[in-house]
Amino acid sequence: MSQKVTSDILKKGASVLWVAARAEPRLLIAAVLSSGLYAATTVGSASVLGRVTQDVVLPAFRDGRTTMGTLVLGGLAIVGVALLKALGVAGRRLYAGMVQYNMQAAYRRAVTRQYLRLPLAWHQRHPTGRLLSNANADVEAAWAPLAPLPMALGVVLMLVIAAIAILATDLVVAIVGFLVFPAIAGLNVIYQRRLAPVAAHAQRLRAGVSEVAHESFEGALVVKTLGREADETERFAAVAAELREANVAVGRLRGLFDPVLEALPNLGVLAVLLVGSIRLRSGAMSPGDLVHVAYLFTLLSFPIRALGWVLAEVPRSVVGWERVQNVLEATGSLPYGDRSVEGAGPARLEVRAVRFGYTDDDVLHDVAFTAEPGRTIAVVGPTGSGKSTLTNLLVRLVDPAGGQVLLDGVDARDVKRHGLSATTALVPQQAFLFDDTVRGNVALGLDVPDEDVWEALRLAQADGFVSALADGLDTHVGERGATLSGGQRQRLALARALIRRPRLLVLDDATSSVDPQVEARILDGLRDSAATVVVVAYRKATIELADDVVYIERGRVVAQGPHKELLERSAGYRALVTAYERAAEEPVPDEDEENEENEEAVA
Amino acid sequence: MTAVQTQPRSGLATLRRGLALTPEFRRGITGTLLLALVATAGRVVVPVAVQQTMDRGLRAHGGPDIGFIRTAVILCAVAVLMTAVAAYLMNIRLYRTSENGLAALRVRAFRHVHDLSMLTQSGERRGSLVSRVTSDVDQMSQFMQYGGLMIIIAGGQLIVATVLMAVYSWPLALLVWAVFAPLAFALRIFQRWLSKAYGAVRERVGDMLSAVGESVVGAPVIRAYGAEERTARRIDESVGAYRDAQVRAQSLVALTFPSTELAAAIATAGVVMAGTALGVGGHLTAGKLVAFLFLVTLFVSPLQVATEVLNDAQNAIAGWQRVLGVLDMTPDVADPGPAGVELPRGAIDVRFEDVSFAYPGGPTVLHDVSARIAPRSRIAVVGETGSGKTTFAKLLTRMMDPASGRVLIDGVPLTEVRFSSLRERIVMVPQDGFLFDASLADNIRFGRPEASDEDIHRVLTELGLGDWLDGLPEGPATPVGQRGESLSAGERQLVALARAYLADPDLLVLDEATSAVDPATEVRLQRAIESVTRGRTAVSIAHRLSTAEAADEVLVFDQGHLVQRGPHAALVAEPGRYAELYASWAAQLKI
Repeated sequence: MSQKVTSDILKKGASVLWVAARAEPRLLIAAVLSSGLYAATTVGSASVLGRVTQDVVLPAFRDGRTTMGTLVLGGLAIVGVALLKALGVAGRRLYAGMVQYNMQAAYRRAVTRQYLRLPLAWHQRHPTGRLLSNANADVEAAWAPLAPLPMALGVVLMLVIAAIAILATDLVVAIVGFLVFPAIAGLNVIYQRRLAPVAAHAQRLRAGVSEVAHESFEGALVVKTLGREADETERFAAVAAELREANVAVGRLRGLFDPVLEALPNLGVLAVLLVGSIRLRSGAMSPGDLVHVAYLFTLLSFPIRALGWVLAEVPRSVVGWERVQNVLEATGSLPYGDRSVEGAGPARLEVRAVRFGYTDDDVLHDVAFTAEPGRTIAVVGPTGSGKSTLTNLLVRLVDPAGGQVLLDGVDARDVKRHGLSATTALVPQQAFLFDDTVRGNVALGLDVPDEDVWEALRLAQADGFVSALADGLDTHVGERGATLSGGQRQRLALARALIRRPRLLVLDDATSSVDPQVEARILDGLRDSAATVVVVAYRKATIELADDVVYIERGRVVAQGPHKELLERSAGYRALVTAYERAAEEPVPDEDEENEENEEAVA
Repeated sequence: MTAVQTQPRSGLATLRRGLALTPEFRRGITGTLLLALVATAGRVVVPVAVQQTMDRGLRAHGGPDIGFIRTAVILCAVAVLMTAVAAYLMNIRLYRTSENGLAALRVRAFRHVHDLSMLTQSGERRGSLVSRVTSDVDQMSQFMQYGGLMIIIAGGQLIVATVLMAVYSWPLALLVWAVFAPLAFALRIFQRWLSKAYGAVRERVGDMLSAVGESVVGAPVIRAYGAEERTARRIDESVGAYRDAQVRAQSLVALTFPSTELAAAIATAGVVMAGTALGVGGHLTAGKLVAFLFLVTLFVSPLQVATEVLNDAQNAIAGWQRVLGVLDMTPDVADPGPAGVELPRGAIDVRFEDVSFAYPGGPTVLHDVSARIAPRSRIAVVGETGSGKTTFAKLLTRMMDPASGRVLIDGVPLTEVRFSSLRERIVMVPQDGFLFDASLADNIRFGRPEASDEDIHRVLTELGLGDWLDGLPEGPATPVGQRGESLSAGERQLVALARAYLADPDLLVLDEATSAVDPATEVRLQRAIESVTRGRTAVSIAHRLSTAEAADEVLVFDQGHLVQRGPHAALVAEPGRYAELYASWAAQLKI
């Protein structure tokens, strides 16, 4: 069973490498040829040294004289072979490296293209950390065997040459050799097979340690406020201890196999000497032959392990490849139509019987409303009622499970690629900024003059703080906009939407971190924009801006109409919107007395 | 601004400091070193012995001496086996000791990061703090268990080969050294190039990861704004730059690595030529020359290893220095430890005495604030963004220490209170309710892990969130996702609030803890908080002034100054900052 699994993995590993061979045939051939050169010269250097000894050195000693010419010739032969060998090594390293890096780069591009292509629903099903490691560690693992591969192929060649050389020298010694080499190779295979699962386990645990550290440091404020440092350390210590044990398990295998693999060639040489000396006595071979064979043994003992290196990387490579393939083969695409919704002036939005759910439970049920061109619709509802989900549907970040979202009568699904992003703009609750300049974040790929950027910043009430920044529009905002406050981030996100002069503007509680006075000015500015606006809001001033209100509770539209009308018609709406005034009017909650009694009872 | 200072420490100083901070590394080190000595000796002696056997046995006068060869082969085989056994035993000990030490170092560094103040933490890129306890330590592990050993063995081999070469023929030994001396010099230069090239590679990795990260985390924005092509371009650039940096580094490796090979060949050729010349002059025998050639190979191989391993060594030392850099940062907000004061439970009294605060290198954001918060009072802190109200909360909870002045609770300076006691009695709910990737219930019991499911139900019911809980697909077992992202921003705040409430503090500080929650829920929560904090002290920072109306007292901040304080009714009646804030708030409420 495990035998079958291993051969399966090797087969898969070979097919992964075949992909690389087809993608980068020239570089790979160059690498293998260089490696072959290295192999041939490695064996050759032994022969050259032997020949120089035999033909130059020994005669010189015997005869007591030599000529400068023969000496220099001998020296040049040695250096010449080494030069070729060096060329082989350099070529192998460079070309093998290039194959590996090119493949990594190509697949990183392919994987991230998928991220950009796949629908948001797919993103929501896959944790961030997983997607990051798909593009980084998994791609790296998939192509890791490419580095030692040419060397291993060269070794095979080297073994063949050596085998022929030894066979030609003496059959009996060759038999000893053919026992030792397969033993080394076989032991290596056993070693790598035993090591692979243990090493893979350690690798997984390493990822686990990193995840815990990342989460814990990210939540550092919460850890501090609740004084949970010691418990978090314990949680981390537990995964670190697991990793330690896994590393020690790897170490135990290495500790056992490494000395054995190192001893084997030495024992092989000794065996050759023992057998060889017997052959020597019977006159079957000369001392020079025996030295040559013994030298070949020592030469080969190291490179033969390259076979093991490739095999060691194969299981990880297969796993990495499969995870990368999962991304590349993900089908949940968001197909585009060919309709256009461009035009001047605000768009008409119609939501028809929309149903949506992240899991089996629907978050939105049968939602329907219409926003006539230029109108402003406020979406109001309690926390967790599905408002943000609805905003995602309006700009087609996700598609409804049932029903339709229509823009100027065109189903959002029939709009051509980039058609919607050119006409609609969503400002989400949590502003996301790129590690770029203020200008880059606002323009986001649009080719616009600075005046337009400033105009958008002015509308978003962000021109003040941006002009106070050291480099103005060229100021880098840092990772996720870390150098700005929450309210500043929100205003830049808003400017990013406004600069596009969208025909439909969707604001998802997009000014929650902005001071009320500033928010009021922003809302004033929006009145003049030529867009149909859908705004998720709690504040009355915002709702007041709206021509119509859609009131949602638990994913259903409970009531819709003008604010005043809803105040009268819908008890839930009234309770929600007037909560603050009512709180001010009746400052003493009814349960209070009860509670006090309870407390006394406890005391 | 508060970036980890990695003082340029020498390798030896790093080792000394590192061993002092991680005594685990030294456990059983004598035995391991003895075994290492045997293993090293074996690895050097065995090839020499094999060579001698060949030389003496095969080239003996009057033909091969079979008897000698047999004895020598058996002796060599014993030596080989003993070396293997010693190496095995040493490996096992080495792995155990080093992994123990590294795990301990990891955990210590992790704890230390949590002990650093919020200010220090946020001065660092989060990813870089994570790599202090992950990849930096991994790099050390790799070196300690492979490279470090190789260097020891290589060093031993180099010494033995040099001595033997000198014994056989000192002029030839000098020749070999003459060839390798410039190489050693060149290798140092190569080393510098390589470490620069690898430094560039690491930088490009960082850029690439950050670009890829944006495409994942920023997916909704990219989609909504059709910024796919722009993002793809940015990713392509960083992926390409990374690939180019890798190729550049690899070209250097390809250029430098075979240089030892060439030097070895030149030395060998030189030895052959000079040796033959010496031999002709009668100063050297053929056997000695052949043996000397073997010694040259013995001399070269450690140098080859060194070029491979030195880079590892440099990375490991740099990694260790970075970890030590974190461990050597003194937390600027330090726990007084067992020497500190333990406060008894009960309502908390707070005093601010002339407290000022400035972020390092920044302007003063809080000026001479003095205030007393009476036990059992409900305080609202209001002001515009940037007025200093959040700073006030962070000083009150000792997330930071004041630049001047002091904060006292129950008459004791905050700096003298033990953290264990402080964090039990004062709990803050930050604006961004960070949740851990676990179930809803586990997140709520984060502050009190022993709390039962009934406790959690009770807490949510008392906060008036029972309906909300019932509406969740799996109730308390609902997984919240990474950072709690499966919940809405408002729902995350609900969980964060429940979490703090379950922790049962005597002073609850709410930093706009309900900013993303709908008004009805907020009012309900406010009332629930009021009733459940009865008998305790509560400080709420809010930009919705409904909170202020219900508070016993309002603290009004403006541009870092405490400008007004008093009950809502009194403040709203007098002209001033609060009246202005309230007017614009009220204007928003009215229709």
